[in-house]
Amino acid sequence: MTAARRAAFLPTVALLAGALYCLLPIVWVVTAATKTNGELFRTFTLAPGTALFDNLADLSQYQSGIYWQWILNTALYAGAGALLSTAVSGISGYTLAKYRFPGRGVVFNVLLAGVLVPAVVLAIPQYLLLAGLHLTDTYWSVLLPSILSPYGIYLARIYAAAAVPDSLVEAARTDGAGDLRIFRSVAVPSMLPGLVTVFLFQFVAIWNNFLLPYIMLTSDDKFPVTVGLYTMLKQGNTTPVLYTLVVTGALLSIAPLVLLFLTLQRYWRVDLLSGAVKG
Amino acid sequence: MRQRSRRTAPISVPYAFLCPAIVLFALFMVVPIGYTVYLSLRRVKVNGLGLGAAARIEYWAGFANYRQVFADGEFWHSALRVLIYGCLLVPAMLGLALLFALLLDLPRARARRFSRVAIFMPYAVPAVIASLMWGFMYLPSVGPGQYLLTAAGHRPIDLLGPTSIYFSVANIALWGGTGFNMVVLFTALRAVPSELYEAARIDGATEWQIAWRIKIPMLTPALIMTFVFSLIATLQVFSEPTTLRPLTNSLPSNWTPLMKIYQDAFARDDIHMAAAASVVLAAATLVLSFGFLRLVQRRAFGAES
Repeated sequence: MTAARRAAFLPTVALLAGALYCLLPIVWVVTAATKTNGELFRTFTLAPGTALFDNLADLSQYQSGIYWQWILNTALYAGAGALLSTAVSGISGYTLAKYRFPGRGVVFNVLLAGVLVPAVVLAIPQYLLLAGLHLTDTYWSVLLPSILSPYGIYLARIYAAAAVPDSLVEAARTDGAGDLRIFRSVAVPSMLPGLVTVFLFQFVAIWNNFLLPYIMLTSDDKFPVTVGLYTMLKQGNTTPVLYTLVVTGALLSIAPLVLLFLTLQRYWRVDLLSGAVKG
Repeated sequence: MRQRSRRTAPISVPYAFLCPAIVLFALFMVVPIGYTVYLSLRRVKVNGLGLGAAARIEYWAGFANYRQVFADGEFWHSALRVLIYGCLLVPAMLGLALLFALLLDLPRARARRFSRVAIFMPYAVPAVIASLMWGFMYLPSVGPGQYLLTAAGHRPIDLLGPTSIYFSVANIALWGGTGFNMVVLFTALRAVPSELYEAARIDGATEWQIAWRIKIPMLTPALIMTFVFSLIATLQVFSEPTTLRPLTNSLPSNWTPLMKIYQDAFARDDIHMAAAASVVLAAATLVLSFGFLRLVQRRAFGAES
Protein backbone atom coordinates (compact mmCIF):
# COMPACT_ATOMS: atom_id res chain seq x y z
CA MET A 1 0.00 0.00 0.00
CA THR A 2 2.77 2.42 0.94
CA ALA A 3 4.76 1.37 -2.12
CA ALA A 4 1.75 2.06 -4.31
CA ARG A 5 1.28 5.41 -2.63
CA ARG A 6 4.91 6.28 -3.20
CA ALA A 7 4.55 5.29 -6.85
CA ALA A 8 1.56 7.62 -7.18
CA PHE A 9 3.44 10.51 -5.59
CA LEU A 10 5.63 11.79 -8.43
CA PRO A 11 3.03 11.60 -11.23
CA THR A 12 0.49 13.31 -8.99
CA VAL A 13 2.93 16.07 -8.06
CA ALA A 14 3.80 16.63 -11.72
CA LEU A 15 0.13 16.86 -12.70
CA LEU A 16 -0.65 19.25 -9.85
CA ALA A 17 2.36 21.41 -10.78
CA GLY A 18 0.97 21.64 -14.31
CA ALA A 19 -2.47 22.51 -12.99
CA LEU A 20 -0.99 25.17 -10.71
CA TYR A 21 0.94 26.73 -13.58
CA CYS A 22 -2.23 26.87 -15.66
CA LEU A 23 -4.32 28.33 -12.85
CA LEU A 24 -1.73 30.91 -11.75
CA PRO A 25 -2.70 33.69 -14.22
CA ILE A 26 -6.38 33.10 -13.43
CA VAL A 27 -5.75 33.43 -9.70
CA TRP A 28 -3.61 36.47 -10.40
CA VAL A 29 -6.25 38.23 -12.48
CA VAL A 30 -8.91 37.56 -9.84
CA THR A 31 -6.83 39.16 -7.11
CA ALA A 32 -5.38 41.92 -9.31
CA ALA A 33 -8.87 43.03 -10.31
CA THR A 34 -9.54 43.87 -6.66
CA LYS A 35 -6.63 46.29 -6.42
CA THR A 36 -6.22 50.00 -6.87
CA ASN A 37 -3.54 51.11 -9.28
CA GLY A 38 -1.14 51.73 -6.39
CA GLU A 39 -1.84 48.35 -4.82
CA LEU A 40 -1.32 46.63 -8.17
CA PHE A 41 2.33 47.66 -8.21
CA ARG A 42 3.05 47.63 -4.48
CA THR A 43 1.25 44.89 -2.56
CA PHE A 44 1.96 41.16 -2.79
CA THR A 45 0.59 39.74 -6.00
CA LEU A 46 -1.84 37.27 -4.56
CA ALA A 47 -3.05 39.42 -1.67
CA PRO A 48 -6.53 40.78 -2.32
CA GLY A 49 -6.96 44.52 -2.70
CA THR A 50 -9.68 46.89 -1.67
CA ALA A 51 -11.05 48.27 -4.89
CA LEU A 52 -12.99 45.59 -6.76
CA PHE A 53 -16.26 47.51 -6.81
CA ASP A 54 -14.55 50.80 -7.61
CA ASN A 55 -12.79 49.10 -10.51
CA LEU A 56 -16.04 47.62 -11.78
CA ALA A 57 -17.76 51.00 -11.55
CA ASP A 58 -14.85 52.80 -13.23
CA LEU A 59 -14.71 50.21 -15.99
CA SER A 60 -18.46 50.54 -16.58
CA GLN A 61 -18.12 54.30 -16.81
CA TYR A 62 -15.04 54.27 -19.04
CA GLN A 63 -16.00 56.17 -22.20
CA SER A 64 -19.67 55.98 -21.22
CA GLY A 65 -19.79 52.22 -20.87
CA ILE A 66 -17.96 51.17 -24.01
CA TYR A 67 -16.62 48.07 -22.26
CA TRP A 68 -20.10 46.54 -22.15
CA GLN A 69 -20.53 47.39 -25.81
CA TRP A 70 -17.34 45.40 -26.50
CA ILE A 71 -18.72 42.45 -24.55
CA LEU A 72 -21.95 42.60 -26.53
CA ASN A 73 -19.99 42.84 -29.77
CA THR A 74 -17.89 39.84 -28.80
CA ALA A 75 -21.02 37.86 -27.97
CA LEU A 76 -22.41 38.82 -31.37
CA TYR A 77 -19.26 37.98 -33.36
CA ALA A 78 -18.53 34.73 -31.57
CA GLY A 79 -22.15 33.70 -30.93
CA ALA A 80 -23.76 34.57 -34.26
CA GLY A 81 -20.59 33.72 -36.16
CA ALA A 82 -20.31 30.29 -34.55
CA LEU A 83 -24.04 29.64 -35.02
CA LEU A 84 -23.93 30.46 -38.74
CA SER A 85 -20.70 28.53 -39.06
CA THR A 86 -22.24 25.49 -37.38
CA ALA A 87 -25.27 25.66 -39.69
CA VAL A 88 -23.09 25.80 -42.82
CA SER A 89 -20.73 23.12 -41.49
CA GLY A 90 -23.65 20.91 -40.45
CA ILE A 91 -25.46 20.89 -43.78
CA SER A 92 -22.20 20.60 -45.75
CA GLY A 93 -20.86 17.79 -43.60
CA TYR A 94 -24.18 15.94 -43.78
CA THR A 95 -24.32 16.30 -47.57
CA LEU A 96 -20.73 15.12 -48.00
CA ALA A 97 -21.34 12.14 -45.75
CA LYS A 98 -24.77 11.00 -46.93
CA TYR A 99 -25.16 11.84 -50.62
CA ARG A 100 -23.39 10.23 -53.55
CA PHE A 101 -22.87 12.69 -56.37
CA PRO A 102 -20.25 13.52 -59.00
CA GLY A 103 -17.53 15.78 -57.62
CA ARG A 104 -18.06 14.80 -53.99
CA GLY A 105 -14.44 13.84 -53.40
CA VAL A 106 -13.13 16.95 -55.11
CA VAL A 107 -15.39 19.27 -53.11
CA PHE A 108 -14.39 17.61 -49.85
CA ASN A 109 -10.66 17.68 -50.56
CA VAL A 110 -10.69 21.27 -51.75
CA LEU A 111 -12.66 22.42 -48.68
CA LEU A 112 -10.37 20.44 -46.41
CA ALA A 113 -7.26 21.97 -47.95
CA GLY A 114 -8.59 25.23 -46.53
CA VAL A 115 -7.45 24.01 -43.09
CA LEU A 116 -3.84 24.42 -44.14
CA VAL A 117 -4.21 27.89 -45.66
CA PRO A 118 -2.51 30.31 -43.28
CA ALA A 119 -4.81 33.14 -42.19
CA VAL A 120 -2.12 35.61 -43.18
CA VAL A 121 -2.63 35.20 -46.93
CA LEU A 122 -6.31 35.86 -46.42
CA ALA A 123 -6.40 38.78 -44.01
CA ILE A 124 -5.06 41.60 -46.19
CA PRO A 125 -6.94 40.75 -49.40
CA GLN A 126 -10.11 40.13 -47.38
CA TYR A 127 -9.69 43.62 -46.02
CA LEU A 128 -9.15 45.09 -49.48
CA LEU A 129 -12.08 43.20 -50.98
CA LEU A 130 -14.43 44.22 -48.18
CA ALA A 131 -13.13 47.78 -48.47
CA GLY A 132 -14.10 47.65 -52.14
CA LEU A 133 -17.63 46.74 -51.06
CA HIS A 134 -17.61 49.48 -48.39
CA LEU A 135 -18.04 46.82 -45.73
CA THR A 136 -14.91 47.41 -43.65
CA ASP A 137 -15.53 48.77 -40.17
CA THR A 138 -18.95 47.10 -40.07
CA TYR A 139 -20.11 44.06 -38.11
CA TRP A 140 -20.25 42.18 -41.41
CA SER A 141 -16.52 42.57 -41.98
CA VAL A 142 -15.81 40.40 -38.94
CA LEU A 143 -18.83 38.10 -39.22
CA LEU A 144 -18.71 37.12 -42.89
CA PRO A 145 -15.10 35.83 -43.05
CA SER A 146 -15.70 33.84 -39.83
CA ILE A 147 -18.56 31.72 -41.17
CA LEU A 148 -16.66 29.27 -43.33
CA SER A 149 -14.79 26.72 -41.25
CA PRO A 150 -13.10 23.91 -43.21
CA TYR A 151 -12.43 22.27 -39.89
CA GLY A 152 -16.08 22.47 -38.87
CA ILE A 153 -17.15 20.86 -42.15
CA TYR A 154 -14.63 18.10 -41.62
CA LEU A 155 -15.89 17.44 -38.07
CA ALA A 156 -19.54 17.57 -39.15
CA ARG A 157 -18.89 15.09 -41.95
CA ILE A 158 -17.24 12.61 -39.59
CA TYR A 159 -20.08 13.03 -37.14
CA ALA A 160 -22.84 12.76 -39.75
CA ALA A 161 -21.31 9.58 -41.13
CA ALA A 162 -21.21 8.04 -37.66
CA ALA A 163 -24.43 9.34 -36.11
CA VAL A 164 -27.10 9.62 -38.81
CA PRO A 165 -28.54 6.16 -39.57
CA ASP A 166 -29.16 5.53 -43.29
CA SER A 167 -32.28 3.53 -42.43
CA LEU A 168 -33.86 6.58 -40.78
CA VAL A 169 -33.13 8.75 -43.80
CA GLU A 170 -34.56 6.07 -46.10
CA ALA A 171 -37.69 5.71 -43.96
CA ALA A 172 -38.31 9.46 -43.97
CA ARG A 173 -37.84 9.52 -47.73
CA THR A 174 -40.33 6.70 -48.19
CA ASP A 175 -42.79 8.71 -46.13
CA GLY A 176 -42.42 11.43 -48.74
CA ALA A 177 -40.35 13.91 -46.72
CA GLY A 178 -38.31 16.40 -48.75
CA ASP A 179 -34.54 16.57 -48.43
CA LEU A 180 -34.50 19.78 -46.41
CA ARG A 181 -37.12 18.34 -44.08
CA ILE A 182 -35.09 15.16 -43.66
CA PHE A 183 -32.06 17.25 -42.80
CA ARG A 184 -34.00 19.28 -40.23
CA SER A 185 -35.97 16.53 -38.57
CA VAL A 186 -33.71 13.48 -38.92
CA ALA A 187 -30.12 14.57 -39.42
CA VAL A 188 -29.94 17.59 -37.10
CA PRO A 189 -31.29 15.79 -34.01
CA SER A 190 -28.90 12.85 -34.52
CA MET A 191 -25.95 15.16 -35.14
CA LEU A 192 -26.75 17.53 -32.28
CA PRO A 193 -23.93 16.61 -29.87
CA GLY A 194 -21.41 16.85 -32.70
CA LEU A 195 -22.86 20.18 -33.77
CA VAL A 196 -22.45 21.53 -30.23
CA THR A 197 -18.78 20.54 -30.46
CA VAL A 198 -18.42 22.35 -33.80
CA PHE A 199 -20.14 25.38 -32.27
CA LEU A 200 -17.78 25.45 -29.29
CA PHE A 201 -14.63 25.10 -31.36
CA GLN A 202 -15.77 27.81 -33.73
CA PHE A 203 -16.87 30.05 -30.83
CA VAL A 204 -13.40 29.85 -29.30
CA ALA A 205 -11.73 30.30 -32.71
CA ILE A 206 -13.64 33.52 -33.46
CA TRP A 207 -13.26 34.84 -29.93
CA ASN A 208 -9.54 34.12 -30.13
CA ASN A 209 -9.04 35.69 -33.57
CA PHE A 210 -7.38 39.02 -32.97
CA LEU A 211 -5.94 39.78 -36.41
CA LEU A 212 -9.26 39.89 -38.28
CA PRO A 213 -11.13 42.48 -36.16
CA TYR A 214 -7.87 44.35 -35.59
CA ILE A 215 -7.49 44.80 -39.34
CA MET A 216 -11.15 45.32 -40.23
CA LEU A 217 -12.40 47.70 -37.56
CA THR A 218 -11.53 51.32 -36.85
CA SER A 219 -14.44 52.59 -34.75
CA ASP A 220 -14.10 51.51 -31.16
CA ASP A 221 -17.84 50.93 -30.66
CA LYS A 222 -17.58 47.91 -33.00
CA PHE A 223 -14.53 46.32 -31.33
CA PRO A 224 -14.68 42.91 -29.73
CA VAL A 225 -13.37 42.91 -26.17
CA THR A 226 -9.90 41.64 -27.20
CA VAL A 227 -9.22 44.57 -29.53
CA GLY A 228 -10.84 46.97 -27.03
CA LEU A 229 -8.64 45.86 -24.13
CA TYR A 230 -5.59 45.99 -26.38
CA THR A 231 -6.25 49.64 -27.27
CA MET A 232 -6.78 50.42 -23.57
CA LEU A 233 -3.48 48.75 -22.70
CA LYS A 234 -1.75 50.84 -25.38
CA GLN A 235 -3.09 54.02 -23.82
CA GLY A 236 -1.89 52.79 -20.41
CA ASN A 237 1.58 54.04 -21.35
CA THR A 238 0.38 57.59 -20.95
CA THR A 239 -2.54 57.01 -18.56
CA PRO A 240 -1.44 54.33 -16.07
CA VAL A 241 -4.84 54.55 -14.31
CA LEU A 242 -6.14 52.46 -17.16
CA TYR A 243 -4.04 49.45 -16.07
CA THR A 244 -6.42 48.42 -13.30
CA LEU A 245 -9.33 48.81 -15.70
CA VAL A 246 -7.58 46.60 -18.25
CA VAL A 247 -7.02 43.94 -15.60
CA THR A 248 -10.62 44.13 -14.40
CA GLY A 249 -11.79 43.98 -18.00
CA ALA A 250 -9.65 40.91 -18.63
CA LEU A 251 -11.22 39.14 -15.64
CA LEU A 252 -14.78 39.99 -16.70
CA SER A 253 -14.16 38.90 -20.27
CA ILE A 254 -12.81 35.45 -19.46
CA ALA A 255 -15.28 34.67 -16.66
CA PRO A 256 -18.21 33.71 -18.95
CA LEU A 257 -15.94 31.72 -21.23
CA VAL A 258 -14.40 29.76 -18.39
CA LEU A 259 -17.90 29.03 -17.06
CA LEU A 260 -19.08 27.94 -20.51
CA PHE A 261 -16.03 25.78 -20.73
CA LEU A 262 -16.52 24.09 -17.37
CA THR A 263 -20.25 23.50 -17.77
CA LEU A 264 -19.98 22.12 -21.30
CA GLN A 265 -17.02 19.84 -20.49
CA ARG A 266 -18.55 16.78 -22.10
CA TYR A 267 -18.95 18.51 -25.45
CA TRP A 268 -15.24 19.15 -25.89
CA ARG A 269 -14.98 16.06 -28.03
CA VAL A 270 -11.40 16.15 -29.11
CA ASP A 271 -11.64 12.57 -30.31
CA LEU A 272 -13.55 13.94 -33.29
CA LEU A 273 -10.54 16.03 -34.03
CA SER A 274 -8.20 13.17 -34.55
CA GLY A 275 -10.85 11.36 -36.58
CA ALA A 276 -11.22 8.73 -33.89
CA VAL A 277 -14.94 8.33 -34.65
CA LYS A 278 -14.85 6.20 -37.73
CA GLY A 279 -17.16 7.24 -40.56
CA MET B 1 -36.51 -0.83 -58.88
CA ARG B 2 -38.89 1.98 -59.72
CA GLN B 3 -39.55 2.62 -56.06
CA ARG B 4 -35.84 2.79 -55.39
CA SER B 5 -35.27 5.49 -57.97
CA ARG B 6 -38.16 7.53 -56.63
CA ARG B 7 -36.59 7.32 -53.20
CA THR B 8 -33.25 8.79 -54.20
CA ALA B 9 -32.86 12.53 -54.07
CA PRO B 10 -32.88 14.70 -57.18
CA ILE B 11 -29.33 15.21 -58.40
CA SER B 12 -29.42 18.94 -57.68
CA VAL B 13 -30.03 18.55 -53.93
CA PRO B 14 -26.46 17.91 -52.74
CA TYR B 15 -25.18 20.81 -54.81
CA ALA B 16 -27.86 23.10 -53.39
CA PHE B 17 -26.93 22.00 -49.85
CA LEU B 18 -23.25 22.64 -50.49
CA CYS B 19 -23.94 25.99 -52.10
CA PRO B 20 -23.40 28.17 -48.98
CA ALA B 21 -20.06 26.53 -48.20
CA ILE B 22 -18.86 26.70 -51.80
CA VAL B 23 -19.87 30.35 -52.20
CA LEU B 24 -18.18 31.30 -48.92
CA PHE B 25 -15.11 29.28 -49.85
CA ALA B 26 -14.87 31.08 -53.17
CA LEU B 27 -15.44 34.53 -51.70
CA PHE B 28 -13.31 34.31 -48.59
CA MET B 29 -10.58 31.87 -49.64
CA VAL B 30 -10.12 31.46 -53.37
CA VAL B 31 -10.66 35.09 -54.35
CA PRO B 32 -8.44 36.50 -51.56
CA ILE B 33 -5.62 34.04 -52.34
CA GLY B 34 -5.81 34.91 -56.03
CA TYR B 35 -5.97 38.59 -55.22
CA THR B 36 -2.91 38.40 -52.95
CA VAL B 37 -0.90 36.71 -55.69
CA TYR B 38 -2.10 39.33 -58.18
CA LEU B 39 -1.20 42.20 -55.84
CA SER B 40 2.19 40.72 -55.12
CA LEU B 41 3.08 40.96 -58.81
CA ARG B 42 2.19 44.65 -59.09
CA ARG B 43 3.54 47.93 -57.82
CA VAL B 44 2.53 51.54 -57.49
CA LYS B 45 4.52 54.35 -59.00
CA VAL B 46 3.96 57.83 -57.63
CA ASN B 47 4.29 60.61 -60.16
CA GLY B 48 5.41 64.09 -59.30
CA LEU B 49 4.18 65.15 -55.88
CA GLY B 50 1.80 62.25 -55.64
CA LEU B 51 -1.25 64.52 -55.73
CA GLY B 52 -4.38 63.95 -57.78
CA ALA B 53 -5.98 60.78 -59.05
CA ALA B 54 -3.53 60.18 -61.88
CA ALA B 55 -0.47 60.53 -59.67
CA ARG B 56 -0.51 56.92 -58.45
CA ILE B 57 -0.04 54.49 -61.30
CA GLU B 58 -0.20 50.75 -60.71
CA TYR B 59 1.94 48.66 -62.99
CA TRP B 60 3.06 45.08 -63.55
CA ALA B 61 6.19 44.40 -61.56
CA GLY B 62 6.90 40.73 -62.17
CA PHE B 63 8.87 39.27 -59.30
CA ALA B 64 10.37 42.57 -58.19
CA ASN B 65 8.42 42.56 -54.93
CA TYR B 66 9.59 39.03 -54.17
CA ARG B 67 13.20 40.00 -54.88
CA GLN B 68 12.74 42.90 -52.50
CA VAL B 69 11.27 40.65 -49.79
CA PHE B 70 14.20 38.25 -50.05
CA ALA B 71 16.69 41.11 -50.04
CA ASP B 72 15.04 42.69 -47.01
CA GLY B 73 17.18 42.22 -43.92
CA GLU B 74 14.26 43.02 -41.63
CA PHE B 75 12.19 40.20 -43.08
CA TRP B 76 14.99 37.68 -42.51
CA HIS B 77 15.50 39.06 -39.04
CA SER B 78 11.85 38.55 -38.15
CA ALA B 79 12.00 35.05 -39.64
CA LEU B 80 15.03 34.28 -37.47
CA ARG B 81 13.21 35.51 -34.36
CA VAL B 82 10.27 33.23 -35.12
CA LEU B 83 12.70 30.36 -35.62
CA ILE B 84 14.20 30.93 -32.17
CA TYR B 85 10.76 31.36 -30.66
CA GLY B 86 9.51 28.17 -32.35
CA CYS B 87 12.54 26.16 -31.21
CA LEU B 88 11.79 27.21 -27.64
CA LEU B 89 8.05 26.74 -27.81
CA VAL B 90 7.23 23.67 -29.89
CA PRO B 91 9.44 21.06 -28.16
CA ALA B 92 8.49 22.37 -24.71
CA MET B 93 4.78 22.48 -25.52
CA LEU B 94 4.55 19.07 -27.17
CA GLY B 95 6.93 17.55 -24.60
CA LEU B 96 4.79 18.75 -21.70
CA ALA B 97 1.58 17.82 -23.51
CA LEU B 98 2.93 14.29 -24.02
CA LEU B 99 4.13 14.04 -20.43
CA PHE B 100 0.79 15.15 -19.00
CA ALA B 101 -1.14 12.91 -21.38
CA LEU B 102 0.92 9.90 -20.24
CA LEU B 103 0.49 10.85 -16.59
CA LEU B 104 -3.26 11.22 -17.02
CA ASP B 105 -3.25 7.71 -18.44
CA LEU B 106 -1.50 6.26 -15.39
CA PRO B 107 -4.12 4.52 -13.26
CA ARG B 108 -2.22 5.19 -10.03
CA ALA B 109 -1.86 8.98 -10.42
CA ARG B 110 -4.22 11.09 -8.29
CA ALA B 111 -6.13 14.30 -9.04
CA ARG B 112 -6.33 13.34 -12.69
CA ARG B 113 -9.72 14.85 -13.48
CA PHE B 114 -8.92 18.12 -11.75
CA SER B 115 -5.53 18.38 -13.47
CA ARG B 116 -6.99 17.62 -16.88
CA VAL B 117 -9.61 20.34 -16.59
CA ALA B 118 -7.15 22.86 -15.10
CA ILE B 119 -4.47 22.25 -17.75
CA PHE B 120 -7.00 22.38 -20.61
CA MET B 121 -8.65 25.58 -19.35
CA PRO B 122 -6.20 28.13 -20.83
CA TYR B 123 -7.53 27.00 -24.22
CA ALA B 124 -10.67 29.01 -23.42
CA VAL B 125 -8.65 32.19 -22.81
CA PRO B 126 -7.93 34.25 -25.94
CA ALA B 127 -4.26 34.88 -26.71
CA VAL B 128 -4.70 38.63 -26.24
CA ILE B 129 -6.10 38.23 -22.73
CA ALA B 130 -3.45 35.62 -21.88
CA SER B 131 -0.69 37.95 -23.08
CA LEU B 132 -2.19 40.78 -21.10
CA MET B 133 -2.25 38.76 -17.86
CA TRP B 134 1.24 37.34 -18.31
CA GLY B 135 2.51 40.72 -19.49
CA PHE B 136 1.53 42.28 -16.18
CA MET B 137 2.96 39.36 -14.26
CA TYR B 138 6.29 39.86 -16.03
CA LEU B 139 6.55 43.43 -14.77
CA PRO B 140 8.91 43.90 -11.83
CA SER B 141 6.89 44.09 -8.57
CA VAL B 142 3.63 42.82 -10.11
CA GLY B 143 4.25 39.11 -10.69
CA PRO B 144 4.43 36.80 -7.66
CA GLY B 145 7.99 35.59 -8.36
CA GLN B 146 9.14 39.12 -9.03
CA TYR B 147 7.51 40.38 -5.85
CA LEU B 148 9.13 37.70 -3.70
CA LEU B 149 12.56 38.37 -5.26
CA THR B 150 12.26 42.07 -4.52
CA ALA B 151 11.02 41.38 -1.00
CA ALA B 152 14.04 39.12 -0.41
CA GLY B 153 16.32 41.99 -1.40
CA HIS B 154 17.21 40.78 -4.88
CA ARG B 155 16.75 42.75 -8.04
CA PRO B 156 13.77 41.59 -10.09
CA ILE B 157 14.59 39.61 -13.22
CA ASP B 158 14.07 41.56 -16.40
CA LEU B 159 11.58 39.29 -18.10
CA LEU B 160 10.94 41.77 -20.87
CA GLY B 161 14.56 42.32 -21.92
CA PRO B 162 15.97 41.71 -25.41
CA THR B 163 16.84 38.04 -24.76
CA SER B 164 14.34 37.07 -22.10
CA ILE B 165 11.48 38.30 -24.27
CA TYR B 166 11.78 35.12 -26.38
CA PHE B 167 11.12 33.00 -23.31
CA SER B 168 8.39 35.31 -22.10
CA VAL B 169 6.48 35.24 -25.40
CA ALA B 170 7.01 31.49 -25.75
CA ASN B 171 5.73 30.98 -22.21
CA ILE B 172 2.41 32.64 -23.08
CA ALA B 173 1.92 30.34 -26.07
CA LEU B 174 3.06 27.38 -23.96
CA TRP B 175 0.44 28.24 -21.34
CA GLY B 176 -2.26 28.57 -23.97
CA GLY B 177 -1.39 25.54 -26.09
CA THR B 178 -0.17 22.73 -23.82
CA GLY B 179 -3.62 21.76 -22.57
CA PHE B 180 -5.17 21.51 -25.97
CA ASN B 181 -2.39 19.28 -27.29
CA MET B 182 -2.49 17.25 -24.09
CA VAL B 183 -6.18 16.51 -24.59
CA VAL B 184 -5.60 15.54 -28.24
CA LEU B 185 -2.83 13.13 -27.20
CA PHE B 186 -4.75 11.83 -24.20
CA THR B 187 -7.78 11.10 -26.35
CA ALA B 188 -5.58 9.24 -28.81
CA LEU B 189 -4.16 7.21 -25.90
CA ARG B 190 -7.63 6.23 -24.72
CA ALA B 191 -8.30 4.81 -28.17
CA VAL B 192 -5.43 2.31 -27.81
CA PRO B 193 -6.87 -1.11 -26.92
CA SER B 194 -5.94 -1.83 -23.30
CA GLU B 195 -5.16 -5.52 -24.01
CA LEU B 196 -1.88 -4.25 -25.40
CA TYR B 197 -0.79 -2.95 -22.00
CA GLU B 198 -2.20 -5.82 -20.03
CA ALA B 199 -0.14 -8.32 -21.99
CA ALA B 200 2.96 -6.21 -21.33
CA ARG B 201 2.12 -5.88 -17.63
CA ILE B 202 1.72 -9.63 -17.31
CA ASP B 203 5.15 -9.97 -18.89
CA GLY B 204 6.46 -7.76 -16.09
CA ALA B 205 7.00 -4.54 -18.02
CA THR B 206 7.27 -1.38 -15.91
CA GLU B 207 5.06 1.65 -16.60
CA TRP B 208 8.14 3.38 -18.06
CA GLN B 209 8.71 0.57 -20.52
CA ILE B 210 5.04 0.54 -21.45
CA ALA B 211 5.12 4.29 -22.07
CA TRP B 212 8.30 4.13 -24.19
CA ARG B 213 7.68 0.91 -26.07
CA ILE B 214 3.92 0.91 -26.54
CA LYS B 215 2.22 4.22 -25.79
CA ILE B 216 4.57 6.67 -27.49
CA PRO B 217 4.82 4.61 -30.71
CA MET B 218 1.02 4.34 -30.75
CA LEU B 219 0.82 8.12 -30.37
CA THR B 220 3.04 8.85 -33.37
CA PRO B 221 0.21 9.85 -35.77
CA ALA B 222 -1.32 12.18 -33.16
CA LEU B 223 2.11 13.64 -32.38
CA ILE B 224 2.71 14.32 -36.08
CA MET B 225 -0.65 16.06 -36.38
CA THR B 226 -0.12 18.23 -33.30
CA PHE B 227 3.39 19.08 -34.55
CA VAL B 228 2.12 20.25 -37.94
CA PHE B 229 -0.62 22.39 -36.41
CA SER B 230 1.84 23.87 -33.89
CA LEU B 231 4.19 24.68 -36.73
CA ILE B 232 1.49 26.50 -38.68
CA ALA B 233 0.44 28.48 -35.62
CA THR B 234 4.04 29.33 -34.71
CA LEU B 235 4.88 30.76 -38.12
CA GLN B 236 1.87 33.06 -37.87
CA VAL B 237 2.45 34.30 -34.33
CA PHE B 238 1.00 37.78 -33.98
CA SER B 239 -1.33 38.34 -31.02
CA GLU B 240 1.09 37.61 -28.17
CA PRO B 241 3.98 39.90 -29.19
CA THR B 242 1.57 42.58 -30.41
CA THR B 243 -0.20 42.65 -27.05
CA LEU B 244 3.07 42.71 -25.10
CA ARG B 245 4.49 45.61 -27.10
CA PRO B 246 2.94 48.38 -24.97
CA LEU B 247 4.71 46.92 -21.92
CA THR B 248 8.26 46.74 -23.26
CA ASN B 249 10.80 48.29 -25.60
CA SER B 250 12.22 44.90 -26.58
CA LEU B 251 9.57 44.20 -29.20
CA PRO B 252 9.91 46.19 -32.41
CA SER B 253 6.80 46.50 -34.57
CA ASN B 254 8.27 43.96 -37.01
CA TRP B 255 9.23 41.34 -34.45
CA THR B 256 7.60 38.48 -36.37
CA PRO B 257 7.02 38.17 -40.14
CA LEU B 258 3.28 38.60 -39.72
CA MET B 259 3.79 41.75 -37.65
CA LYS B 260 6.04 43.08 -40.39
CA ILE B 261 3.43 42.26 -43.03
CA TYR B 262 0.80 44.09 -41.01
CA GLN B 263 3.19 47.03 -40.66
CA ASP B 264 3.87 47.10 -44.42
CA ALA B 265 0.21 46.88 -45.34
CA PHE B 266 -1.36 49.28 -42.90
CA ALA B 267 1.29 51.58 -41.46
CA ARG B 268 3.54 51.97 -44.52
CA ASP B 269 0.65 51.54 -46.94
CA ASP B 270 2.72 49.25 -49.18
CA ILE B 271 0.12 46.60 -49.96
CA HIS B 272 2.16 45.06 -52.75
CA MET B 273 5.17 44.30 -50.58
CA ALA B 274 2.86 42.99 -47.86
CA ALA B 275 1.15 40.73 -50.40
CA ALA B 276 4.48 39.34 -51.62
CA ALA B 277 5.65 38.72 -48.06
CA SER B 278 2.32 36.99 -47.25
CA VAL B 279 2.77 34.66 -50.21
CA VAL B 280 6.32 33.87 -49.11
CA LEU B 281 5.20 33.16 -45.55
CA ALA B 282 2.28 31.00 -46.71
CA ALA B 283 4.54 29.10 -49.11
CA ALA B 284 7.09 28.55 -46.35
CA THR B 285 4.31 27.24 -44.08
CA LEU B 286 3.06 24.81 -46.73
CA VAL B 287 6.54 23.65 -47.73
CA LEU B 288 7.53 23.05 -44.10
CA SER B 289 4.34 21.20 -43.17
CA PHE B 290 4.23 19.08 -46.33
CA GLY B 291 7.99 18.56 -46.21
CA PHE B 292 7.72 17.33 -42.65
CA LEU B 293 4.81 15.03 -43.52
CA ARG B 294 6.73 13.58 -46.47
CA LEU B 295 9.81 13.04 -44.33
CA VAL B 296 7.86 11.23 -41.63
CA GLN B 297 5.99 9.19 -44.19
CA ARG B 298 9.15 8.07 -45.93
CA ARG B 299 10.71 7.08 -42.61
CA ALA B 300 7.61 5.11 -41.68
CA PHE B 301 7.60 3.30 -45.00
CA GLY B 302 11.36 2.79 -44.86
CA ALA B 303 10.99 1.10 -41.49
CA GLU B 304 8.31 -1.21 -42.81
CA SER B 305 10.12 -2.47 -45.88
